[in-house]
Amino acid sequence: MMDQIRYIAPEISLLCFALIVIVLDLFIKPKKVLPVIAVAGSFVALLAVLMLWGVPVTDVFNKMLAVDQFGLFFKALILVSLVLVILASNRYVLKFEKFQGEFYALLMLSAIGLMLLVSAINLITIYVALELSSISLYVLVSFLKDKQSSEAGLKYLILGAVASAILLYGMALIFGTTGNTCLTCIADYVKGMPAASLAGSPVLLIGLVLLISGFGFKIASVPFQMWVPDVYEGAPTPITAYLSVASKAAGFAVIARILLTAFGMPAWLHNDWAMIIAVLAVLTMTVGNIVALVQTNIKRLFGYSSIAQAGYLMVGLAAMGMAAQADSTIRSGLIFFLFSYTLTNLGAFIAIIAISNKINSDNIDDYSGMAKRSPLLATGLTICLVSLTGLPPTAGLIAKIYIFSGAVDQGLLWLVIIAVINSCISAFYYFKVVKVMWMGEPVNNDEVTSTWPEWLALGFCCLAVVVIGIIPGAFMAITQNAAKIFGI
Amino acid sequence: MNLNLLSWIIFLPVIGIVIIALLPKPGQKTVKWIALSATLASFLVSIAVFLMFNRSEAAIGQMQFEEKLLWIPAINSYYHLGVDGLSLPLVILMTFLGVISVLVSWKVELRPKQFFIWVLMLESSILGVFCSLDLILFFLFWELELIPMFFLISIWGSGRKEYAAYKYLIYTLVGSAFMLAGILSVYFITHTFDITALRGIQIGTSFIPLTVLFFLLMVGFAIKLPVFPLHTWLPDAHTNAPTAASVILAGALLKMGGYGMIRLCVSMLPQVALQYAPVMCTLAVIGVIYGAAVTLRQTDLKRLIAYSSVSHMGYVLLGIFALNQVSLTGASLQMFSHGVITGLLFAMVGLVYDKTHTRDLNNLSGLARQMPIIVVVFSIAGLASLGLPGTAGFVAEFITFAGSFTSVAVAGMKIFTLIAVIGIVVTSGYILWMLQRVFYGYPLDKYNGVKDADAVEMISTFAVVAVIMLVGIYPAILTNVIYMGIEPIAKLIGM
Repeated sequence: MMDQIRYIAPEISLLCFALIVIVLDLFIKPKKVLPVIAVAGSFVALLAVLMLWGVPVTDVFNKMLAVDQFGLFFKALILVSLVLVILASNRYVLKFEKFQGEFYALLMLSAIGLMLLVSAINLITIYVALELSSISLYVLVSFLKDKQSSEAGLKYLILGAVASAILLYGMALIFGTTGNTCLTCIADYVKGMPAASLAGSPVLLIGLVLLISGFGFKIASVPFQMWVPDVYEGAPTPITAYLSVASKAAGFAVIARILLTAFGMPAWLHNDWAMIIAVLAVLTMTVGNIVALVQTNIKRLFGYSSIAQAGYLMVGLAAMGMAAQADSTIRSGLIFFLFSYTLTNLGAFIAIIAISNKINSDNIDDYSGMAKRSPLLATGLTICLVSLTGLPPTAGLIAKIYIFSGAVDQGLLWLVIIAVINSCISAFYYFKVVKVMWMGEPVNNDEVTSTWPEWLALGFCCLAVVVIGIIPGAFMAITQNAAKIFGI
Repeated sequence: MNLNLLSWIIFLPVIGIVIIALLPKPGQKTVKWIALSATLASFLVSIAVFLMFNRSEAAIGQMQFEEKLLWIPAINSYYHLGVDGLSLPLVILMTFLGVISVLVSWKVELRPKQFFIWVLMLESSILGVFCSLDLILFFLFWELELIPMFFLISIWGSGRKEYAAYKYLIYTLVGSAFMLAGILSVYFITHTFDITALRGIQIGTSFIPLTVLFFLLMVGFAIKLPVFPLHTWLPDAHTNAPTAASVILAGALLKMGGYGMIRLCVSMLPQVALQYAPVMCTLAVIGVIYGAAVTLRQTDLKRLIAYSSVSHMGYVLLGIFALNQVSLTGASLQMFSHGVITGLLFAMVGLVYDKTHTRDLNNLSGLARQMPIIVVVFSIAGLASLGLPGTAGFVAEFITFAGSFTSVAVAGMKIFTLIAVIGIVVTSGYILWMLQRVFYGYPLDKYNGVKDADAVEMISTFAVVAVIMLVGIYPAILTNVIYMGIEPIAKLIGM
């Protein structure tokens, strides 16, 4: 048992640094040290993840956690977004001066939860990890303690609790049928069932549907998306950024892992859940895109945009369900999309955070003439918006091509056509922001400045988005490697 | 021999962009000179490629100046460039119009740095489309062109510029959305993105009907060309775009549609093309007549030229879907000559507008005395547009009609051709009427002080006139090259 500790070194080191942040916060006055420690902790954890990258796929702690490239990749992605969010909150934290230590520590704790979540292979660990991340996030969402933020926090808490309950109920039903909580054991049991008895086992099927619903909340799929706009609008902007990328990526990772490992085997079963996901994908992207058209608040707009993007990701998830388990290319497409979406969306949010620090408004109209007030921030945000629309030369286009090509390969051409039409609709609202920034007259001529950590984070994201857009080969190689999942 | 000339052609403008972007606070003149050098360099390289192009029998149907590098291994996509007789004239057209569009923008004063960055990016992306031999690369460049055009129209345009820019964006995106679905389907039927390998490939049974595949690809090209019911973005975009963008838009960008149709739809699915040729020819004829008729009614000079493009692109569509060797050659030549002629017309409209600040035909009259040089050049462009012998317009239209009239691939081609020829008559009508209204009649006192073309304007417009004349008098300079690319495609149809 003890020799397996090294496999959770990333989580442990991050936990240590989170505790250091809390303790130091009690004793020292200059709070500027705290983000430095938080970033250092993230880098140590990232290093630990990288050192594990080459290990053979295995399970640890009696089939509680998996060590595989899939999990490790998402851990790295979560840590990178953690670092970027911390860098971007550099000025934002001054809004809650007294609670900076708690802010960083809670962020790190939620990251630990997400990291455990992406490697968990037992329904119990999955649930515990999910709650660890969620409870930290409930607090973070209401951190501003004003009316909107508290309302958002409460909404997130109540709806999150309902989703957890649904999830638990689903898990209980699955446990009741199969007698197991570990994913590979469930898979063995399902494989052993004669097809007729599985079809006649409504309990298991209801369990599966409840499970998808529970995670649907996490990834903001329709019809479980109603919390998104209010929470995104009310939460502190760095937390909105974090919710829209890290939390969503982990949600997709865990749902992909459960569906593939536990329910990936009898062909008709995985084709069935693939169809459920495909239908949800259509609803999700259509609702997200159409409602986004009429938004006037940039955070709400990004809320709906993230719902739409979840829809594209579900196209990949559905394709994964249609494919045989062994097909790693389609999984790699999903991972690549999450990777490029994370960088793009974070980049956009960093620019939004930097701009809103100065203008104190999230109204799109107030972004008018931003290109004159801060050409670099406007350029950065434009690159990210272009990538979200899926235009060259950015990662967004390549990711869409990659994920849709997998879907076409699995005979989901109809779904891809709906998805590409949806991405035309999305151009309306993404370019609305571009138009306001470049063609509008500035509200006033105050220069919008930002700090070096914000520049660093934004520069990193934009550079990555463009580089991945032009030479995607190397990054695809990594995501293909990351498609190795324990148990399949 | 491995000089990567095509990469240089495509990326010399990008080098210009980088230099302009990196200069901290460049003066207006500096920016313009850098843009001019970049486009001129790209043009010279393309001329070199034209001169070195192998015109021997053995090279028929071969891609030349090929470059191939593995680009995205996961989906088996290559950075693969090459030109043949079909694409080379269009590459030259673009590099030439690139130089012209920088020259006609010599007086731009609003944010010149950004303006020239976008113009150069537009040129790069269109060149990329014509040179790409990999579908994903092709698609990437195809989409890339959208962003600069959106900004050019919406910032430097006039009138309802934002509306026009949005309309352009959405039309193009919808087209390319279907095209992406089509391209991905092609890949999973044939397992290759290589355009050279796809020519004449036998596509057997597949998971989607070939007709669906054909139209998935066709919609994007039809919007761009534009084909009759999908043309409504064009007048708005043209009318409201700045002169340089109009020149590139009409001159080179529309040709991406015709090029794509020949390169992908006809080469890859000749049988489906044959089957639906009557439909496409009907649309072509409607486009010719409808476009010409609507043009007659225009009172805005720029909108008039824009609608005339709808009519002229109808000839291209007719030539393509008459599906024989002569008509395809005619269509290709028509793309080139329409590019230079309409490019010149837009440049001239820009000049007239700069001097008089109006494009309304009702407010213009008798300018011939006030701007004698402009009137001569404008008239040459107009006459070339209506197909006067001795100009590029005549040769192209003549070959197209000769080809489509004799085509036996499609039933009833003679009737289609006869109706389309009426378009020429109407064209003479609107061109001559327009010239008469703008330049002849009583001179208006308010335009007494206006200047004629200056040195820069004369250089740019005379250069285009020279090309129009050259192709008009010695068309073989291009048709010999075009033949090299069209011949193997015509063979596929068996006509």
